[in-house]
Amino acid sequence: MATTKELARIANKLRIDLVKMIGAAGSGHPGGSLSAIDIITTLFFHEMNHRPKEPKWPERDRFVLSKGHACPALYAALAHAGYFDKSILKTLRKLESPLQGHPDPGKLPYLEAATGSLGQGLSVAQGIALAAKVDKKSWRCFCIIGDGETQEGQIWEAAMSAPKFKLDNLIVFTDYNHGQIDGSPEDVMPIEPIADKWRAFNWHVQSIDGHSFESIMEAINNTKRVKDKPHMIIANTEKGHGVSFMKGVNWHGKAPNKEQTEKAIKELEEMGRNLDG
Amino acid sequence: MGKATRVAFGEALARIGEKNKNIVVFDADLSVSTMSKYFAEKFPERFFEMGIAEANMIGTGAGIALQGKTAFICSFGTFLTGRFDQIKVSLNYGRANVKIVGTHSGIAIGDDGYSQMGLEDLALMRVLPKMTVLQPADAIETECIVDFLANKHEGPAYLRLTRQNTEDLFNASYHYNFGKGVILREGKDVAVFASGGVVANALHAAEALIKDGISATVVNIHTIKPIDVEIITRLSKETQKIVTVEDHQIVGGLGSAVAETLSDNAPAKLLRIGIRDQYGESGTPDELYEKHGLSTPGIARQIREFVSH
Ligand SMILES: Cc1ncc(C[n+]2csc(CCOP(=O)(O)OP(=O)(O)O)c2C)c(N)n1
Repeated sequence: MATTKELARIANKLRIDLVKMIGAAGSGHPGGSLSAIDIITTLFFHEMNHRPKEPKWPERDRFVLSKGHACPALYAALAHAGYFDKSILKTLRKLESPLQGHPDPGKLPYLEAATGSLGQGLSVAQGIALAAKVDKKSWRCFCIIGDGETQEGQIWEAAMSAPKFKLDNLIVFTDYNHGQIDGSPEDVMPIEPIADKWRAFNWHVQSIDGHSFESIMEAINNTKRVKDKPHMIIANTEKGHGVSFMKGVNWHGKAPNKEQTEKAIKELEEMGRNLDG
Repeated sequence: MGKATRVAFGEALARIGEKNKNIVVFDADLSVSTMSKYFAEKFPERFFEMGIAEANMIGTGAGIALQGKTAFICSFGTFLTGRFDQIKVSLNYGRANVKIVGTHSGIAIGDDGYSQMGLEDLALMRVLPKMTVLQPADAIETECIVDFLANKHEGPAYLRLTRQNTEDLFNASYHYNFGKGVILREGKDVAVFASGGVVANALHAAEALIKDGISATVVNIHTIKPIDVEIITRLSKETQKIVTVEDHQIVGGLGSAVAETLSDNAPAKLLRIGIRDQYGESGTPDELYEKHGLSTPGIARQIREFVSH
């Protein structure tokens, strides 16, 4: 449990770390990592039941990052939560690192699924949630998908099946940051009306501000009152959120150079000081 | 260094599209990486952005091709060939004139890691009946192949391209011969068949082996299917020692195609250089080529050991 103020401080630290990591790696995906980090922070530092020192604790809540390219955000959260030493973060994307460019549960066993090929993680998350139902367990599975990722057909196969299995322990966020690679979903392949689509597939749907810790917490709380339906939380976010110059699709898959990294960290540290003040 | 074969592809397609108005191009949110964007910018009315939905793109490409268009569908090789059944049924069984363009082949893509690498794509495409499978070694050869696919070839084809820059092996006078291996140098002790971005490394390895007293023939195999049975059989009989070099699993790709040809026609000792039943991983392209034995010194070392045994 954490206060929104504490979460804001943690998210600020994670932003600094992930920008540093991607800068040091010389490649990676800052835009979609920065848009998802407030959700990931709320999950790992407030909502999820988990034991970093007992990572395979059977009763833990699970998390699947279906938009696997945002893994720097997840790696930073795992390190800060205490799963592994923070010094490992700087090995992102380096030869022999457990922090592969896209999630590899073989090299980093705290990851619940191998993702990186878009569209697949939601089905895996569904299977994980189904396991809890089969075993009559109360733990949940959280998942984040991208708005661009929503274009994959497999997403809609999972959209159809999760309500059939009454997976009210499956809580999915759409990181609605309005950017993919070739442009915005509006231009590339429109996904609207997205909330209506999920509702029509029989999901419990909420639309929130994905950078407001209060809204994220409240939306998750609301899921506890709705039984027998999977939950879709459409989180309105901003690609590159937190760094003034990393907005938009240009920063989807581009690492900051040394100067840009320093500039971003300076901005974020300034923001952190304001949070403390 | 010359261009990446994906860049040569994008430029060639945009150029060929001027004359050949029958070409239509599709991409799945990677046009800035596959370089189909050059065509998209020039001919927006013949370019279709499908979003992150490869299976749908394959079916749509098949459908439009069945109405007489020549369709190029583009993405990373692993994401396209991963939709195997759509390729098998709608596209290949449907005999649709679709050219599947898979970029970011091999571990040479580097940092992004295994899920983004086409490491099994040749195996998947080669097993499909009648499918043409092509892999150019440099920019010039890529241009020739794109021209061939657009203007002369009929039916399904898979074109495998690199993310990384490739060394120029050929010049403007290069004459492309579908289905025929290209002899880059001749030797008598061993014959090396290489394909794609690693052809240059294989060639330099052969040059380095001269000082060890080993003379190697090096053949560039741009057509993985149909494989050049004639040249493999002939060189097998001449040298009795065959090596394959590819940035792909040693199972299912060039190594397998050559192994099958040898056992059918002229058995010889065979060394397959490539990824040995491993996942791909993150690292710089150079580090990964060093680790997996695809650097010039790594290839030379393996051939040296192979020939001296
Ligand atoms: C199946 C598949 N196709 C294509 C890609 C290449 N790719 C990586 S990220 C990306 C865009 C993702 O957009 P979105 O889901 O909106 O993620 P975000 O903007 O949050 O980073 C694409 C096309 C992929 N990883 N997997």
